Amino acid sequence: MTRHPKTQAGPRTVEDGGTSVVHLTLNGQELLAHPGQTVGAALVDAGIQSWRTTRKNGRPRGLFCGIGICYDCLITVDGAPNQRACIVPVCEGMQLSTTAAPVDAATDAPNDGGTKR
Amino acid sequence: MSTNPTPSGQTVGAFDVAVVGAGPAGLAAAAAAADRGKTVVLVDAGAQIGGQYWRHPDERAPRGPEAEGHHDWKLFTELREKLRRHRQMGAVVLLPNAQVWFVEPTAPADADDREGGWTLHLTPTIVGVDTAEATPRLVVAARLILCPGGYDRQLPVPGWDLPGVMAAGGVQALLKGHRTLAGQRAVVAGTGPFLLPVAKQLADAGATVVAVCEANALTGWARHARAVAAVPAKVAEGAEYALALARHRIPYRTRTAVTRIDADPTGTKAVQLAQLDAAGRVVGPTTTVDVDLVALGWGFTPSMELITAVGAQTRIDVDQSLVAVVDNSQRSTTPGVYVAGEATGVGGALLAVAEGELAGIAAADALEVHAMRIRRLRARIQRLRVFAAAMHQAHPVPARWHEWLTPDTTICRCEEVSFDSVCRARDELGATDVRTVKLMARPGMGWCQGHVCGFATAKLAAAAEDRPLTVEDLRPLAKQTLCAPIALELLAQVTSKSTDEAL
Ligand SMILES: Cc1cc2nc3c(=O)[nH]c(=O)nc-3n(C[C@H](O)[C@H](O)[C@H](O)COP(=O)(O)OP(=O)(O)OC[C@H]3O[C@@H](n4cnc5c(N)ncnc54)[C@H](O)[C@@H]3O)c2cc1C
Ligand code: FES
Repeated sequence: MTRHPKTQAGPRTVEDGGTSVVHLTLNGQELLAHPGQTVGAALVDAGIQSWRTTRKNGRPRGLFCGIGICYDCLITVDGAPNQRACIVPVCEGMQLSTTAAPVDAATDAPNDGGTKR
Repeated sequence: MSTNPTPSGQTVGAFDVAVVGAGPAGLAAAAAAADRGKTVVLVDAGAQIGGQYWRHPDERAPRGPEAEGHHDWKLFTELREKLRRHRQMGAVVLLPNAQVWFVEPTAPADADDREGGWTLHLTPTIVGVDTAEATPRLVVAARLILCPGGYDRQLPVPGWDLPGVMAAGGVQALLKGHRTLAGQRAVVAGTGPFLLPVAKQLADAGATVVAVCEANALTGWARHARAVAAVPAKVAEGAEYALALARHRIPYRTRTAVTRIDADPTGTKAVQLAQLDAAGRVVGPTTTVDVDLVALGWGFTPSMELITAVGAQTRIDVDQSLVAVVDNSQRSTTPGVYVAGEATGVGGALLAVAEGELAGIAAADALEVHAMRIRRLRARIQRLRVFAAAMHQAHPVPARWHEWLTPDTTICRCEEVSFDSVCRARDELGATDVRTVKLMARPGMGWCQGHVCGFATAKLAAAAEDRPLTVEDLRPLAKQTLCAPIALELLAQVTSKSTDEAL
């Protein structure tokens, strides 16, 4: 995982929003988020820029398009692999995992745009 | 009209009008049609209305003043309020979190029913999100208004797949939707006026923007003084951004591009800024800056999968985007299908709103009733189109951009196709058109279905033959049988005839 220089856990901007905080875990480590945020925004707020590696070349990836188009930000959410972090909203107790889930080799038919949790 | 139920799921219908996309164009279209007594279903893949322009924090968990960082916010709240009232009256049904993944003509109930309308196949964008209503599988409407908007257009450069390199629009989406800063020290680069709000908003949020790199010279605007003067609001907006950049002491460098990005293990990126000539060749001294965020944007490109799915004709716009052909009432070449917003040509939110309203009135068969309003809308659209054309001409994609690439530069991020493999497909395997390049080297075959690399791949194919882009270069990458990735389980349940044929 790549962290950019301001590494600190938890949302940095709680004061401009509500008072409640959402608790998540990333690979078992606690992470805080704002209600209404996406997983991707929560990770970036926590100083994390990357949470997966590519299949072929093992390159690190995180958010790119930020709006659900590029599929660079895939992450496992509560056991469901290949979720787009940039559009999945955070929920209390959500468990995120960067462990690469086995990917279907037939990627020309991407199979899980809408996924189960 | 028949609602053509299938065994696979719940059908909602039949509406007079279905609007896809709840951005500026779709909101205006839905409101205009409902204002004229039509029943409307408004579908959007996003969790709340507003589209890209009016992206805002979750309305149920506000984060500071809603209007913060927005232009034309009052226009949005008026549209939102109008739709709220129409929804209360039952004239408008809003379906958020619903992706349209397939469109087909509705099978006619009987031989006399020639205008059977359209059936939209929907899937929840994310399953498990608590939405007010469950997403129906099918929506049926007599007329269709497609307002799918677009997304950032990208050009690959060495290192653009490193974490912390983002689409400029994505950086802004994080700020607008979440008040989240994607980095602390940033370079914003590419071309077009959109780089300015991104730089300003980053700086306002506390980031240090070390440079805005505009690949073109601003002299390109000089030839378009009249087009610019016709839209004073845009001039004022430009001046506002120029002032903001000066206030934040952000250097604005023209004829400059990010031509290479390297990262060290801490994630710090060494970004190479190069001086360009008019064709985009590197000519001048190169400087390197250290940042943790690079925001790249080369204008926008429309989402064309729904437009191609209904078989509507497309053309190449001034900015080399594939766009829908529409007449002066926003009618596409496919009967019963109207298109508004970025999908008719990238031109900004106010143009999208004007086109949306016109499409809504046209789809409600009320063009004659509102002759005066229609004249005004058409004149406004015309002015804003001329402005958009001026903008595209002043901010073209550099013709020789591909000369910045190294053999190992990633072209397709999903399938990890390198520049070298694209060149080899062309030089050794004889792949001169996009379709063959795609088959031989696999760019555009991954998760994103060519949304990110499609434009660049088409440009590379055209550049190899030293010719401008054509519809044939872009359409194969824009046309997808399925408009959004879906669960195979869902696909297996669809039994309709045209689906079988299409697959
Ligand atoms: C990330 C981003 C940021 C931008 N920021 C600015 C800005 O600050 N200023 C500016 O002037 N311009 C901005 N633009 C350009 C902006 O998109 C347009 O000016 C304006 O929003 C166009 O309105 P629209 O209604 O055509 O499309 P959009 O606002 O893009 O709305 C399209 C809607 O259609 C929905 N949609 C698309 N396909 C489907 C489908 N298959 N099923 C269901 N729903 C679908 C999308 O979810 C989206 O909400 C931005 C563009 C992007 C991509
Ligand atoms: S960042 Fe592109 S899909 Fe999530």
